[in-house]
Amino acid sequence: MKINNVILRTVAKIVVFIILTLATYLFLAGHNSPGGGFIGGLVLASALVLLFIVYDIETVQKAIPVDFKKVAAFGAFLSVGTGFGALIFDVPFLSQSFAYFNLPFFGETELTTVTIFEAGVALVVVGVVVTIILSISEDV
Amino acid sequence: MNNLLVMPMAIPVLAGILLIFLRPYVKAQRWISFFVMIANIGISIYLLNWIQTDGVQRLDFGGWQPPFGILFVADSFSVILVLTTSIVTAICLLYAFSSVEKSYENMFFYSFVNFLVAGVNGSFLTGDLFNLYVCFEVMLLASYVLIALGGRKVQLRESMKYLVINILSSWFFLIAIAYLYGTLGTLNMAHLSERIAESGQTPLLTVISIVFLTVFALKSGLLLYFWLPGSYSVPATAVSALFGALLTKVGIYVMIRTFTLLFYHEQQITHLLIGILAGLTLIGGSIGAIAYKDIRQIVAYNVIIAVGFILVGLAVATPEALEGSIYYLMHDMIVKALLFLLAGTMIIVTGETRIDYMSGLIRNYPLFGWIFFIVMLSLAGVPPLSGFIGKVLVGQGAVNSGSYILLALAFISSIFVLYSLLRVFLNCFWGETIISEEDEIPMKKGWLIPCVLLTAGTVILGLAAEPLAIYVQDAANTLMNPQIYIDAVLND
Repeated sequence: MKINNVILRTVAKIVVFIILTLATYLFLAGHNSPGGGFIGGLVLASALVLLFIVYDIETVQKAIPVDFKKVAAFGAFLSVGTGFGALIFDVPFLSQSFAYFNLPFFGETELTTVTIFEAGVALVVVGVVVTIILSISEDV
Repeated sequence: MNNLLVMPMAIPVLAGILLIFLRPYVKAQRWISFFVMIANIGISIYLLNWIQTDGVQRLDFGGWQPPFGILFVADSFSVILVLTTSIVTAICLLYAFSSVEKSYENMFFYSFVNFLVAGVNGSFLTGDLFNLYVCFEVMLLASYVLIALGGRKVQLRESMKYLVINILSSWFFLIAIAYLYGTLGTLNMAHLSERIAESGQTPLLTVISIVFLTVFALKSGLLLYFWLPGSYSVPATAVSALFGALLTKVGIYVMIRTFTLLFYHEQQITHLLIGILAGLTLIGGSIGAIAYKDIRQIVAYNVIIAVGFILVGLAVATPEALEGSIYYLMHDMIVKALLFLLAGTMIIVTGETRIDYMSGLIRNYPLFGWIFFIVMLSLAGVPPLSGFIGKVLVGQGAVNSGSYILLALAFISSIFVLYSLLRVFLNCFWGETIISEEDEIPMKKGWLIPCVLLTAGTVILGLAAEPLAIYVQDAANTLMNPQIYIDAVLND
């Protein structure tokens, strides 16, 4: 079924990028202010859901050829993996650490292991939300 | 600090995630899950011996000191249960290898078994009430998937009921946790215990403890067991064996933990209530066990009787009775898994579920028949087997504290257990054989070996009661003296 929705398509092309930027901002802000992997991931997933609504599922899957179940699993692996990382340094499970680095262009930046953990959470959220939406849409 | 403490939960989680990537490789999935359980057995034996020499251990996640952070606490009681869980799961996995259909195995079956075990072990080890709720949810989410896997009509009906009941009880659990946090301002179990002891168990706290009791009664099938026989009889045999062995036991563990560590000051209210509920559970379970002719229902009602029996030990709350409850918990995890496996195998080989349609199985499968006979004796509490020691100790505790009604109910229920299983044995194993030589489904080694291993487990547990006594006594001692637990967590 094809509906002629030129306006929606044109708007979506721009809005998707705004949503993705907001998702990245929320994700990176999450360390010290409101935000974080969970809501960053939810916003990111909403961009994907918008694409699924505007274009059909096949087109989007052709453009993003990943199995979202595996995305969720990889995210969970990343998060649990940071917990196991603590074992190498002989500190309690799930210990996190941070340090300041002088990066070119960004200047002095705080890099943390929590960000890796949060990235895992974000991937789990994206994977699970998209999998749920896709399996619901299969029934309709 | 020793990171080994978190491994019984962390390794299954990691393995469960890795198995998602190994979806097409069923063989690899099987053996990875099996070796995870073997590793857990090794870790918990090491931990158990370590606790005997160095006392109760704790691990503060991320280095956050209690009571601010979340922590795992390992005392003998929790590690004994982790050990038994790992053994039973390893054996149930062996059974699953040859009984679960390939299509299930491809649908992340082993991942979810791993997540289930992670949730169960986490619930045993955690030292924080909210973390306990999270571990419960991990366990329950995995069990929702396992119960619905297969998608038969009856499975969907029962999993719907199971889901609604558990979501409701989880909601009650959250409310009870919120009440407790609002009253005492902490959720660390040792810290809670200390604060309750300081302020005295006020009527408000006793009411909160009864909300907790309701939640755990629903989870463990103490009187509120109406959901249990239906939902435990629909999934695949290996899964229902895991459920029967593990899930209600987690509820029992938590109930014993909260009512010995936190709410132990008003025993004439809370423990009396537990005693009444346990008595009613024994009566209801006994009636159910002899009322049905569907073997799955009979087995499920046997689970309920055991719940009542173990909680008689908690209601009496003497050191011997708690020791008895711990022995009986170990015994029941092993024997109930075996009973579910036997019942499932009987259904596979005969194609019937009602006991009056089966007959003469012992002629076709002699070893299988004798295993059933041993299980029956073990559940009834005949001496060299594992049921005996638990029954004696619980009985001794009940006599010492003068709870003669509970004593009578507990032992009469044993007779009902014996009768219900004897009826199965006489109907299904004796008499004219109904399976002719040509139609006989060959007993696969993969079905028989797990049953033999679990039978060996009940015999060994019965004979090794003496060497095990040091661990069990230490577990009961920690339960009876909450200060040991508190010191290990807060004053170390």
